[in-house]
Amino acid sequence: MRGITGFGAYVPRLRLTRGAVAQAHSWNGGRGGKPPAGERAMCNWDEDVITMAVEAARDGLHPLNERGASPDFGSICLASTSLPHADRQNAGIVAMALNLGEQLNTTDMTGSQRAGTSALLGALQADAGPRQHLVIASEHRGTRAGAPHETRFGDGAAAFTLGCDNVIAKLLGSETISLDFVDHFRASEEKYDYYWEERWIRDEGVMKILPRAIQAALANTGLSAQDIDHVILPAPVPQARQKIVAKMGFREEALVASHEGTIGDTGAAHPLLMLAEVLARAKPEQTILLASFGQGSDVIILRTTELIGSVSPRLGLNGAIARRRAVEDYGKYLAFNDLIDRELGMRAEGDPKTALTQLWRRRDLIFGLVGGECRKCNTRQLPRSRYCINPECNALDSQEPFAFPNVPARVVTWSADHLSFTPDPPAYYGLIEFEGGGRMFANFGEIEAGELNVGSAMRMAFRIKEVDRKRNFRRYFWKAIPEAAPQPTTGE
Amino acid sequence: MMATGIKDKVVILGMGCSRFGERWEADVEDLIVEAYAECMKDAGIETSQIDAAWLATAKDELHAGKGGLPLSFALRLPNIPVTRVENFCASGSEALRGAVYAVASGACDIALALGVEKLKDTGYGGLPEATRGVLNSMWWANYSAPGAFAQLASAYSAKHRIPAQELKQAMAHVSVKSHENGAKNEKAHLRNLLTEEKVLNAPMVAEPLGTFDCCGVSDGAACAIVTTPEIARSLGKTDLISVKALQLSVSNGVESGFHTWDGSHFLTTRIAGRKAYQEAGITDPRKQISLTEVHDCFSITELVTMEDLALSDEGQAWRDVRDGFFDADGGVPCQIDGGLKCFGHPIGASGLRMTYEIYLQLLGRAGKRQTNNPSMGLIHNLGGAPHQNVCSVAIIGNL
Repeated sequence: MRGITGFGAYVPRLRLTRGAVAQAHSWNGGRGGKPPAGERAMCNWDEDVITMAVEAARDGLHPLNERGASPDFGSICLASTSLPHADRQNAGIVAMALNLGEQLNTTDMTGSQRAGTSALLGALQADAGPRQHLVIASEHRGTRAGAPHETRFGDGAAAFTLGCDNVIAKLLGSETISLDFVDHFRASEEKYDYYWEERWIRDEGVMKILPRAIQAALANTGLSAQDIDHVILPAPVPQARQKIVAKMGFREEALVASHEGTIGDTGAAHPLLMLAEVLARAKPEQTILLASFGQGSDVIILRTTELIGSVSPRLGLNGAIARRRAVEDYGKYLAFNDLIDRELGMRAEGDPKTALTQLWRRRDLIFGLVGGECRKCNTRQLPRSRYCINPECNALDSQEPFAFPNVPARVVTWSADHLSFTPDPPAYYGLIEFEGGGRMFANFGEIEAGELNVGSAMRMAFRIKEVDRKRNFRRYFWKAIPEAAPQPTTGE
Repeated sequence: MMATGIKDKVVILGMGCSRFGERWEADVEDLIVEAYAECMKDAGIETSQIDAAWLATAKDELHAGKGGLPLSFALRLPNIPVTRVENFCASGSEALRGAVYAVASGACDIALALGVEKLKDTGYGGLPEATRGVLNSMWWANYSAPGAFAQLASAYSAKHRIPAQELKQAMAHVSVKSHENGAKNEKAHLRNLLTEEKVLNAPMVAEPLGTFDCCGVSDGAACAIVTTPEIARSLGKTDLISVKALQLSVSNGVESGFHTWDGSHFLTTRIAGRKAYQEAGITDPRKQISLTEVHDCFSITELVTMEDLALSDEGQAWRDVRDGFFDADGGVPCQIDGGLKCFGHPIGASGLRMTYEIYLQLLGRAGKRQTNNPSMGLIHNLGGAPHQNVCSVAIIGNL
């Protein structure tokens, strides 16, 4: 039977402090008094659902990469309610960036806060087979400036590999209830949610629908609430989680931390982020109950196997949370989320129209960072070219594809450019050299002043390169980001 | 049969150079005519005597437009061949190379090389944003010229273990020196004097390059008329300046794609320089080269170029710069006209503007800037970025 074989998570490094938001809105109905505690994860200007999905998957695929295995994936499902493309498959871009090949089933799962759990449940229930499957939930949640959910929402992603061998958690049972309970909605052409009164959502929605689904799932598996070791509950309204625990009779210590004050509510991705955290610390033969809330509820009950603990992601959720950089500047959040009509300057007036013909021809380079390795002299090079770059070789058509995304690199030269247009100046870039050979003059991401040196260790990250604002087309490519997690700049 | 090189096969019959600057009042046509009028007066010939012309412009989308038409129209050339060349910031030197090779081949008796650029029609400071091609724009870093050249400094100070502040001070002297020279030049754009302190405290453009580590941006034109020594003499010229070497080296991707380049120097300059010295018969450039005009788009570019041209020992240019070796009264004066730093860099014109100054110096016509009895001058004109570029090295001297 198919089960979870690996897991990973990604949380953007930037964390917007709630105090900064409260300060900015203090004139506008602010309540005064002590500034609110906590923060929310926010996408950098070059991050979105797709880039976070790629990073969460890479976090989870890390053990496979470390073993040098090339797993054969039969499907990839990307769940989100904030997919950047309405008619261009988002999961397909993720699959290309992960170099998963062409022969797999790619789907986007969307339309509800249940999208993440539904994707996971679907993959768990599918027929067994020899191939692996990838489920990713990723969310980049937006509100209008000053909306109550602005500080409550957060951005992040979680990924799971599923298969029949080396299962670390298997499905015991589940229940799905489908109801058009409209606690909030967002029409297709709208950017932001419209929410109804929280007390109604809590009393008529969460407290009535979730218990029904949980009770049914427990009944399906023959377990009682006391048998559950880890309870993962969503947090659509404050304090609802504790009320569910009390009402259902779960053990209080079983309730899994929601990270509301560190990441924020990542919507359809959130139960899966919490699951990734639980899988990192669960013991063998423990039960995990996972619930979502959105036009009904999915409840999934899993049991860990003796192999739990045998795989661990590169950073995992806690590692991603720790990789934190506080943002006290609310203006940056507004700018990065297009919430302010910002002067970009004449240097941003260029037209970065993408030749889709060209993008198609070199899709392996652009999405997969695939270069070449010469069969004659073993020189690795980027991009793959007709003639080998090694002056001593220069062989023609001698290169096999070689994927660079997971190869560590070091800085050869660099600068911080205050002239070029970038949404977050200065623009950092430079020449990097990959371990084992190959070079690239690359854009850098996530650099903090004073942090770069010749020789600095870097890793590659899939990011938005630039946005064609005229046609609303996102150019994706790989950037080099610092390998070492910087120390938090401010305490919590 | 071995190639014999270009040495002494072609001489410069005349040269001209417009005033460089923010020429708000001037079109490309005006700049062309200004440089050409001076050049023709110097050469002492008529337009009808020109057999072919080469026009250098780099930023076609900005002003002049494509092809050979802008030059032919501006000068009402008598339907002779006009070839437009573009090779990044080395375009001006490419126009000269085309004209010189045409004369050397015997295909032409007299040829014109003219470079022009009108940069100040963008609405913003700095070089115009450039398109890079559909594939390159998808994967190249979004870099600017200062950001790309600034990388030399990070690599140079790491390689030679020079504290960043000491290197920055030496770089500051590069600019201070050029402004001392440029202040004496009526055709220069920037004629103010700088202090090291002012350079060091200027706002950052691309770390560690501040505003005064960067050359200006201006409009301008420069041109040359070339012919054979025999024809020049037949036209009554006695004091002849001949082309001793013309070399061009173009990156092939090794710097940015292979592991051999350390980022602190120009691979192409070393190759073009070596070949140029060989072509000109120069064995000890530090002694034999009287003066240089190099591509000082940024202070750090000039500094490392001194090593690439073997005018300083490896890792020692920053000391030579600081010690004044390249000052007007130093061993090998550099940018005696003020350089790109004071002239600005109208792309197509710069290579010919540099040649113009060396030509004046060799003829003893440089006025307040005249150096002591020069006999051999080097012109280094670079286009692109340190990790991928085209580099022209030319040497001219008394025949």
